[in-house]
Amino acid sequence: MKANQVVFAETIEQIAAQDKDLYMVTSDSRGSGKLVNFGEIYPDQIVEIGIAEQNLVGVASGLASMNKKVFAVSPACFLTARSLEQVKNDVCYSNNKVVLVGISAGVSYGALGSTHHSLHDFAALRAINNISIVAPADAFETEHAVKAAIKSKQPVYLRFGKKNMPNLGQELSSDFKIGKARIIKKGSDVQIVATGETVWPSLEAANLLEQVGISAEVISMHTIKPLDTSVLNWEVPIITVEEHSVYGGLGEAVGSFLLQNNHCVPFKIMGIPDEETVSGSQNEIFEHYQLSPIGIANEVKKLLR
Amino acid sequence: MNISELKERSKQYRIDTLKTIYEAKAGHTGGCLSIVDILNVLYNHVLRGTWEEVSRDRYIQSKGHAVEALYVVLADKGFIPKEELKTLGKYKSRLIGHPTKKVPGMEQNTGGLGHGLPICCGTALGAKKSRLDTKVYTVLGDGEMAEGSNWEAMMFASHHQLDNLCAVLDYNKLQITGLNEEVMNLEPLRQKIESFGWEVREVNGHDVGALVNAFDQLPFVEGKPSFIIAHTVKGKGVSFMEHNKKWHHGVPTEEELRIALKELEEDES
Repeated sequence: MKANQVVFAETIEQIAAQDKDLYMVTSDSRGSGKLVNFGEIYPDQIVEIGIAEQNLVGVASGLASMNKKVFAVSPACFLTARSLEQVKNDVCYSNNKVVLVGISAGVSYGALGSTHHSLHDFAALRAINNISIVAPADAFETEHAVKAAIKSKQPVYLRFGKKNMPNLGQELSSDFKIGKARIIKKGSDVQIVATGETVWPSLEAANLLEQVGISAEVISMHTIKPLDTSVLNWEVPIITVEEHSVYGGLGEAVGSFLLQNNHCVPFKIMGIPDEETVSGSQNEIFEHYQLSPIGIANEVKKLLR
Repeated sequence: MNISELKERSKQYRIDTLKTIYEAKAGHTGGCLSIVDILNVLYNHVLRGTWEEVSRDRYIQSKGHAVEALYVVLADKGFIPKEELKTLGKYKSRLIGHPTKKVPGMEQNTGGLGHGLPICCGTALGAKKSRLDTKVYTVLGDGEMAEGSNWEAMMFASHHQLDNLCAVLDYNKLQITGLNEEVMNLEPLRQKIESFGWEVREVNGHDVGALVNAFDQLPFVEGKPSFIIAHTVKGKGVSFMEHNKKWHHGVPTEEELRIALKELEEDES
């Protein structure tokens, strides 16, 4: 098992061996971005900005305009807030094809407090035109998302966490495409639509539910935008799970689609509620807000009542 | 283009800019008249390479709101038809109130202040990484020097020795609320910029000869980014617009336009 941001760095190192136009732009963040090794092997392909996220995104945009393949790598909490205007104007509006990499996303920096949490990034970026938002669940999705982002015709936001993740559901879904959800486990009573690091506990929840005779389907909705609505099954109750505020993220995207298309099914958004987030490790925060396997399974049972 | 031709061109740009703003009933009149001579020298003397050439020099206007003057220059350089200037600000026109890449000849979408210089830094670095002889230019407004992102970029440019980068400050000392020194004092500006590792020259930003001379010396010092503090006058060329914050985005009436055009046409300086 490896953390998604470790897989990101390993993938990038492989690609850089063949591609001298690949650049990592960092804000004193190469350590947390697992790019120290990259910097040692390819010193000419890493651009250090210092702790200056606005400049990070502006410089990345300029580099991309000179036909470089640019990854702007910075903690998600800063990248999508401090430099949001640069993301909106310099990357998305100007269509400079930068890959924005939000590392240590969600509550990965659990105990460091709200300054270091990114529970707003899906919401902020969903409202900005011309960007794909991708939160891979595991090593498989991460590797393919990085490769797909390089080829993307528009800017991409990749969101990675620090936790070691197992590979999920490859026997069912062996391909990856931005904007195409993956079925991790098939089921017929309820659909659990999760993203990023909540896919694994969702799968574990489905396994627990199976023991009590509930057949839950688990979807990895790795792409929040554009949302793959074709995978949704509105014949059964739907529950969404995300490491993000319950406002403006995956859940509201799914809910909006269902309502606007007259699919009125029992529906629940699981995520971080609108309150000052409890302190603790990522695991503890997940458990506190029922984003653990048992917590998710309990919410599914409530929904099915 | 020689100096007297450049002077004539500046006069024409001022006239066309005022007509364009009058037609649209919107625009940043004072700032446009302030940067016209800088744009003139950039487009008619400094910038090298055709649009199709990857190695072309880049001009990215950070002071986005003075876009009307830039549209006038781009029309003169054949990027857009002159007739199109009349569509400024109209429904579905591509000539909007801040630079947009929908307009041929425009390198980036700008308008949010404090964005141009960071983008220029990345562009200049990209040129160096590709071993291109590209030079990158921006014009900054004095009001936007209060944006922290500019100073992040200033630090970056000297750290990365971007001597293919030149920033020009349109220093007319007036912003929308009033004088810079009342709104947010920039001084001692030259020392601040020098302390960030840039090489600085100060010129009269309306003296095309002095501008030509300054640009011809780039880079001022090898291994350092260059900064030109261009001392300018907001509303330059029209007596009742000069040094008057009312004309930050004031639009002339028909009578004011008539007087302004007469003044400009009769100006022999």
